[in-house]
This record gives sequence, C-alpha cells and structure tokens, in this order.
Amino acid sequence: MATGKRPDKSGSVGDAPGAGQKLTSDELESRRRSLEAKLVSKGVGPKASSQDKGTGTASGAAQAMKLSSEFIAGVLAGAGLGWLADRFLGTSPWGLIILLLLGFCAGTLNILRSAGHVAENRGLEFHRDSDHEKPE
Amino acid sequence: MSNDPIHQFHINQWIPIHVGGVDLSFTNSSAFMVATVGVASAFLYLTSSNRGLIPTRLQSISEMAYEFVASTLRDSAGSAGMKFFPFVFSLFMFVLVANMLGMFPYFFTVTSQIIVTFCLAILVIGTVLAYGFAKHGSKFFGVFVPSGVPKLLLLLVVPIEIISFLSRPISLSVRLFANMLAGHITLKVFAGFVASLSALGALGIGGSILPLAMTVALTGLEFLVAFLQAYVFTVLTCMYLNDAVHPGGH
Repeated sequence: MATGKRPDKSGSVGDAPGAGQKLTSDELESRRRSLEAKLVSKGVGPKASSQDKGTGTASGAAQAMKLSSEFIAGVLAGAGLGWLADRFLGTSPWGLIILLLLGFCAGTLNILRSAGHVAENRGLEFHRDSDHEKPE
Repeated sequence: MSNDPIHQFHINQWIPIHVGGVDLSFTNSSAFMVATVGVASAFLYLTSSNRGLIPTRLQSISEMAYEFVASTLRDSAGSAGMKFFPFVFSLFMFVLVANMLGMFPYFFTVTSQIIVTFCLAILVIGTVLAYGFAKHGSKFFGVFVPSGVPKLLLLLVVPIEIISFLSRPISLSVRLFANMLAGHITLKVFAGFVASLSALGALGIGGSILPLAMTVALTGLEFLVAFLQAYVFTVLTCMYLNDAVHPGGH
C-alpha cells in the first residue's frame, strides 16, 4: 500500500553515479513548475488561445492569414519608411535598402510575437505596478 | 460578367459630386456605410429602448454585445481603458454589421475595401499615439525600448520596434480586408461553378451538387469569419489601447 504513494524513481538522478546532489523527482517537478510559472509571467511560451489548438483547415487558414499579414505589414512599413526617408532626406538608395532590411526584421519579430515565441515588449518599466492587475 | 468574381467589389457612383476637382461622389460604398451605421444604431436603440428587467431576445442580443466588448476591453486594457469603451464598441458594431450586411446577396461589402479598413486602423493607432503622448509625454517613447537589452544593441532594436509599431495599422487593416475579400471571392467562384456545370446537361446538373454543397458550407464559414474578424479587430484595438494607457507596464 505504501509503495504506491512513493515518488516514482524513474525520473530521479539522485541514485545515478556521479550526481553531486540528491534530486528527487519531486524537486525536479517543483523546479519545472516554477520555471513554467516564470516563463508565463514573462509572457513567453505558447499562448492559451483557442486558435493555436485547432488543427482543422478553417483555423489553420485563419492562422496562416494572421501570420502572413503580420509579416507583410512589417516589410511594407519598413519599405514605406525607407521610401519616405529617401524622398525627403535625399538619401537614395540607402534609406530604402536599410529600412527594408529592418522591416524584414520587424516582420519576423511580429510573427514570433504573434505565435508566442518571443515575449511581448513591456517597455522600460517592467516592474511598475499597473492598476489592471488588481482584481475588479 | 455575372460570373466575374471581382465584379461585386466595383464601386459605382450613385450621385456624382465633384467639389473643386475632388471626387466626393456618393457611391455604393458610401451608401452601405450609411446603411451599416443606420442598422447598427437602429438595432441598438430599438432593442434597448424597452429597458425590460427581464430582457427580450433582441434586448439580450444587444446586452450580450455590450458585455462582450466591455469584458474584452477590461481584460486587456484594465479599468483605466474603459474610457475608450464608446470608441471600441462603435468600431466593433461597425465592423460586425458591415461584415454581416456583406453576407446578403447583391449587397456591397464595405470591409472588403482596404481603404475603409485602413482608415479604421489609422483611427485606432492615431488614438493610441495622441492619447499616449498627451497622457505620458516623452515617457511614451518607452514603448519602443525593451527592457534588459544591452546599450549597443538598442541602436538596432529600437528602429525594429518602431517599424514593428508602425506595421500594426497595416496588419490590422490587411487582415480584415484580406479575410473578407478572399471569402467573398471563394464563395462567388464556387457558386459560379454551379451555374457553369449545370449548363452542360444532365450529367452537369448531377455534378453541380458538389459545388452547391461547398457553397452552402462556405456560407456558414463566412458567417463565422465575419464575426471572428470583427472580434479580432476589437481585441487587437484593445491591446494597442493598452499600450497607450499603460506604456510601461503590461
């Protein structure tokens, strides 16, 4: 009866030869949990939206539309800024070249953000208290 | 011409008005924008004028719309963002009713014109910028500076963040426009198959059942997309407004 309540040793490295510390699987589990909680609090990790879970064609198409529009928007914004810089500052063609490349970077960043692989930009004052975290 | 899937997006001048070389004509697009505003206002006014404690079906639909937008805004921008509620609710109702009106046969879809969706997106970003700078002044520039990045990298990261910010209205408008345009073209193409197949005789009439079934299924999907895109537009608006309300925090 008591053996059933013991932690499973299969995930433990404590008994392995050469392990400096004794780590039970409980400790590893709690470490994993706290890492997950930290990642979630920093905004990294898969978003828990229903769109990501769907693998059907309709939600897949919606996802494709979303990600491609994010990328295209980044490149277009960079190209537009570059064109404007060239036109009004007379830096042709360097403004277009450099800002188009930066726009490519911004588009990639947009995609990674909307897929949840990169944390949202929280700005400088990350630890500032904001009123919307209080319960309503 | 009846089989041309692009024909439904043509803009026709109904009442030509030219003021000083500027074309201000009243087109079918303007007519349907007026109709959208009219339908949305009339629906909300008529269904909420009764003010029953126990809502009727229609009254509960408007209450659902109200609570839906209010909770979306409060979740993403906090209670400080609720001052934007009239703006966000108007945007949601406009996009939703315009999308739904577009589902009627022979009706013009206002949101399938990129200039309309782009104007809505510019309105959102303009509000974010104006409110952000008026409220927080130069601290609003903190939006472009990620925390914990080495000083040297900031030279590269800040321009990328600025371009990423400027790309928001583009992606906001392109998403709504592309979804509506693609959906309506697909619907029209499949419906066109029914007509052209059934002109081929008995075998064609039998075969036209397949695209007909597809058209029926796509119509249902389009209603879903019409609602979903209005929702997505609202959620993204709320997220961007959150930057204006809390430029530092999240």
